[in-house]
Amino acid sequence: MNFLARRALHSLLLLVGASVLTFLLVRLAPGDYFESMRVNPQISNRAIASLRSEYGLDKPSPVLYWHWLKSVVKGEGGFSFVYNTAAVPILWPRVQNTLLLAGCATLLAWIIALPVGTLAAARIGSWTDLLASGTIALLLAVPELVLGLLLLLLAVHVGLPAGGMRSPLPAGTGIWNESKDIVGHMFLPALCLAAGLLPLLLSHVRASMREALQSPFVSAALGFGISFRRVLLRHALPAALNPLISLFGLSLGLLISSSLLVEAIFGWPGLGQLMLQAIASRDVFLVIDSTMLGTAFLIAGNFVADLLLYVSDPRIRVG
Amino acid sequence: MSVERKLPGLALTALCVFVGLPGFFAPYDYETQHRETALAPPTRIYFRDRDSRFHLRPIVYRWKLRSGTLHEFEEDRSIAFPLHFLVWGPPYRVAGLIPSRTHLFGLRPGGHIFLLGTDEYGRDVFSRLLYGGRISLFAGLLAAGISVGWGVIAGALAGYYGSWIDETIMRAAELFLAVPWLYLLLSIRAFLPLHLDPSEVFLLLIAVAGSIGWARPARLARGVVLAGRDSEYVLAAKGFGASDFYILRAHILPQAYRVAMTQARLYIPQYITAEIVLSFFGLGVGEPVPSWGNMLGRLQNLFVLESCWWMYSPAIFLVVVLLLFEWLFRSV
Repeated sequence: MNFLARRALHSLLLLVGASVLTFLLVRLAPGDYFESMRVNPQISNRAIASLRSEYGLDKPSPVLYWHWLKSVVKGEGGFSFVYNTAAVPILWPRVQNTLLLAGCATLLAWIIALPVGTLAAARIGSWTDLLASGTIALLLAVPELVLGLLLLLLAVHVGLPAGGMRSPLPAGTGIWNESKDIVGHMFLPALCLAAGLLPLLLSHVRASMREALQSPFVSAALGFGISFRRVLLRHALPAALNPLISLFGLSLGLLISSSLLVEAIFGWPGLGQLMLQAIASRDVFLVIDSTMLGTAFLIAGNFVADLLLYVSDPRIRVG
Repeated sequence: MSVERKLPGLALTALCVFVGLPGFFAPYDYETQHRETALAPPTRIYFRDRDSRFHLRPIVYRWKLRSGTLHEFEEDRSIAFPLHFLVWGPPYRVAGLIPSRTHLFGLRPGGHIFLLGTDEYGRDVFSRLLYGGRISLFAGLLAAGISVGWGVIAGALAGYYGSWIDETIMRAAELFLAVPWLYLLLSIRAFLPLHLDPSEVFLLLIAVAGSIGWARPARLARGVVLAGRDSEYVLAAKGFGASDFYILRAHILPQAYRVAMTQARLYIPQYITAEIVLSFFGLGVGEPVPSWGNMLGRLQNLFVLESCWWMYSPAIFLVVVLLLFEWLFRSV
């Protein structure tokens, strides 16, 4: 348990440090929500000053940070000036949508990367191998923004839903039709996210499978007359899996934090879209909370990786 | 060095010259509007006139709206405009200093040449692409350079001096690595004025890149320095009375060259894309000043997305630039 407890404590400390950092950077920058009211001549400077003191924005940063921390513990996460309520009830449905999208995209990317990478490693120089390296090179050069726009164009031509998360269905359509609708909306954004992750996954899967296939126990197993297929799946794959497990946790965290762009292009009502709106309306706490959630997901992804490694690798449990 | 290895470097240099001197290569200013030819496709260039006679000097025709339509253009074949080179045109400044009016190519008054079509306001996309590339490319390059430079310096200090300096710098690096960079960039952006000048976006990107991106190169450089610090030639140099600065500069940092190169390879596309993403969402370079990001932002309009292929040209240039960089770094 020692290893896990240490990792958990480390993650927590990192999270607190990151929140201080975000707060500092955000407070260093000039201007806030009420500052932008000055454009309106009907609001006097005194009214702005009293609003700022009512919401505590005139206090020094450490005090403000302390208030924010208390409200996070209470489950409010600060106050959204635009929505005029606590921040967490606004954030929560968005987080669920982001998790749904990112989870499906991760799954999709791994479902493609694992067999293709394994095959590419098993037959070096075959068409699968060439296809894999071609895909890696191509996807690395096309940024997600451009890929998203191209997929959007495809959606408009083919007639797939190209925006939002669900169509306005009449009440009582049934859970089956509703989820079918959501899957239709999710397909393209998930594909775009998975494509962004694919080069990283493919190259790692291929490299670690190659390494496993070159180790002596594989030659020994082949020497005993065990079929190549069985050696590949039962001997080499489990041996190659260890670095991939830590990559899995990392990819989950990476994807959740990089889904911001894709969500905004496809109008997926997730955390990223909310954050862009919050920036446009200078909603301080929503921006800070979104950044913190993105960070938390990244850290949680790393922690999940540690957890999985702990379960699968006895060397870590003992040492 | 073979031609194949020189090619990406040459192509990128050529691109930098084009983008660095937009006034000379672009026929128009970036904000000149031709409202009567909004969203017109690229001008076609002919070497044969109406009577199929061959001319060495290319000929172009004006676009005019097909009567009864809103977005369909046809060529007005009644007047042919021959293309002239090194012509007198709208004023601009070379490198922001020397005023000039000479353009590489142009037409006599009354003719229009849009090599890559026009946008919704009838502004020449080719001219805007050149002016926009200035910010998109140079901000990315400079930001990558600064973050790698900071990182290598911080990593070298941490690795060479060890003890509490090492501890402090590496903990800080860990912290900066924990926050997703796009979120950090956006949250800093959130508290600047909504409309930014290109120079402000430039500074923002560079400041943010310098403060966020140093962590990864610092870690790697520290490893290199740690390995080199206790080697015998360093000990020998110390024995001859070399200063710490000299040892770092002459013996240890040259080993970090590879690390710096691989990190630059990762960071240059990342920061070029960062500016484009910011401007795409209207948080970066503001209109009417062009950048590849806010030009691509026009594609959020479904009509433009579907029927104006020339509006994709910033995306095509972006992909080409990224491929060239990848190629360049692979051959280094």
